[in-house]
Amino acid sequence: MNEVLGIALPAWALSFWQANSWLAEALAVATWETIYMVLISTLGSYIFGLPIGIILVATEPGHILENKKVNQILGSIVNVTRSIPFIIFLILLIPFTRWVVGTYIGTIASIVPLTLAAIPFVARLVESSLKEIQWGLIEAALSMGANAWQVICKVLVPEALPSICLGVAITAINLVGYSAMAGIVGGGGLGTLAYYQGYQRYNSLVMWSTVVVLIILVQGMQMLGDILSARVAKKRR
Amino acid sequence: MIEIRNLTKVYHAGEQDILALDDVSMAVEKGEIFGIIGLSGAGKSTLVRCVNMLEKPTRGSIIVDGQEITALDEKDLRTARQKIGMIFQHFNLLSSRTVFDNIMFPLEIAGVPVDQARKRVQSLLEVVGLTDKAEVYPSQLSGGQKQRVGIARALANEPSLLLSDEATSALDPQTTRSILRLLKEINRNMNITILLITHDMGVIKEICDRVAVIDNAKLVEIGDVMDVFSSPQTPTSRSFVGAIFNREIPEELLHRSKANNGQDIARLVRVSFIGASAGEPIISSMVRQYDIQANILYGNIDRVKDTPFGNLALELIGSPAMIDSGLAYLNDRGLEIEVLRDE
Ligand SMILES: Nc1ncnc2c1ncn2[C@@H]1O[C@H](COP(=O)(O)OP(=O)(O)O)[C@@H](O)[C@H]1O
Ligand SMILES: [Mg+2]
Repeated sequence: MNEVLGIALPAWALSFWQANSWLAEALAVATWETIYMVLISTLGSYIFGLPIGIILVATEPGHILENKKVNQILGSIVNVTRSIPFIIFLILLIPFTRWVVGTYIGTIASIVPLTLAAIPFVARLVESSLKEIQWGLIEAALSMGANAWQVICKVLVPEALPSICLGVAITAINLVGYSAMAGIVGGGGLGTLAYYQGYQRYNSLVMWSTVVVLIILVQGMQMLGDILSARVAKKRR
Repeated sequence: MIEIRNLTKVYHAGEQDILALDDVSMAVEKGEIFGIIGLSGAGKSTLVRCVNMLEKPTRGSIIVDGQEITALDEKDLRTARQKIGMIFQHFNLLSSRTVFDNIMFPLEIAGVPVDQARKRVQSLLEVVGLTDKAEVYPSQLSGGQKQRVGIARALANEPSLLLSDEATSALDPQTTRSILRLLKEINRNMNITILLITHDMGVIKEICDRVAVIDNAKLVEIGDVMDVFSSPQTPTSRSFVGAIFNREIPEELLHRSKANNGQDIARLVRVSFIGASAGEPIISSMVRQYDIQANILYGNIDRVKDTPFGNLALELIGSPAMIDSGLAYLNDRGLEIEVLRDE
């Protein structure tokens, strides 16, 4: 039985993919688009989210840059933007996206709402990573005469780095999901493939193939994040 | 070195106000090791943390090395802090940096050129005996080694003052002793004034020149360690001293009724002796010289810093006049007498 399966299954799979080679190609293109969108928007969301997260922590009462106003205003903006469902955010942002990119359809255009939606999320992730640091470390730096900038660059960020790396993986995985949603309104990538080729044409093969690719993608990102974080942390152990 | 004037600190915790320091005034001399002792919550940490302004005093002023630290602006305060080292109970080393880079940290903050800084780190590693651990991360070190790194880091910018907040409280007795020895060496060799706080009288006994006792936000006693040990003035100090030298006389001895024969009386006294006299046979010569019987009820000899320090409970039996002369004899030889019971 096993032997029969062992030979028959790969043979079946091979002939199947030969018959559906267009799908393999479409999947490859869509996967690349998704990875591309997710990577760029993860990067973009950290460029803005990391400093916002740092400011959220540093402006807290009793912290190195205590500032009630900034903290409250920034905190509210983050909360409000985080509470808007992504699909609505996507639609609300259409004019802005069009103004920035010139169109609101396609991979490049999707990067704008993806990045913007992830920024508050990243800010909160970074904030919670930084809050894990013992206050004693910050105090030690202050006792040596460190200024706020030195505390941020030499204590807060390096000490929280393993945790921040895990946050990057979480963000990227979330963005895979969001990018699929963006795909449904024409954003490109696996979402577009699943929706237009799969759902609308009743092609369950396409649907399920994209699901499989998404699972692999998410697993891969989680693994990468874990490895990266463990590597940073291991050096210190 | 440090002058603290009318220092008051009130914490606002929600609705509640906590008075952590109540009008504390004291001075620490240049070159001495000054200890502050008190129970948990007495306000010790608050006091040292005010000295480098990690905590802003509610009232009062602090002068460190001629500079009124409580009046500095942010920038000058940061510069002043570079010359005040601090070590902590939980070490507070950066886990993201090796031992070498941890010691480098304050030099980076002060903007010392890299070449010069690396040389300085190297020599500090030698001072604390961790040259072979330079490239190791703090998590691979024992508590004692971590504190050595902490000390090296605190010394990096050649401070004139070292603050220590319970630096040995997380360490075992043996490690504590070796850290205290290191602090003493640093105090002597580098002429660095040390202000340390502790809840452990053993630490005070081991290295401090002078001690202040803090109780419930108030400074209740201050003086030479010897004086505080031999005649503590307040109940708090007495209990701290008692914690390492048993000064308690058992109740039954105190109330033991002595069968008197006529004019003889029994007087119970405590004799404290410090320094050289601890080695001399003063008691026995008193017994020989005067017609007194002496029962030693209990006694101990210990060391405070490098000086012998002893405590004896004696029951003296004889005529009142003889006993008075005997005690005067002891007093003349520098022994401190406290009458516990007289009948
Ligand atoms: N940041 C703070 N906020 C509120 N209360 C504090 C704070 N730090 C210390 N206290 C309170 O001040 C008192 C003195 O604390 P502390 O100086 O840490 O005492 P010690 O070091 O002698 O144990 C305690 O009652 C403590 O609870
Ligand atoms: Mg304390």
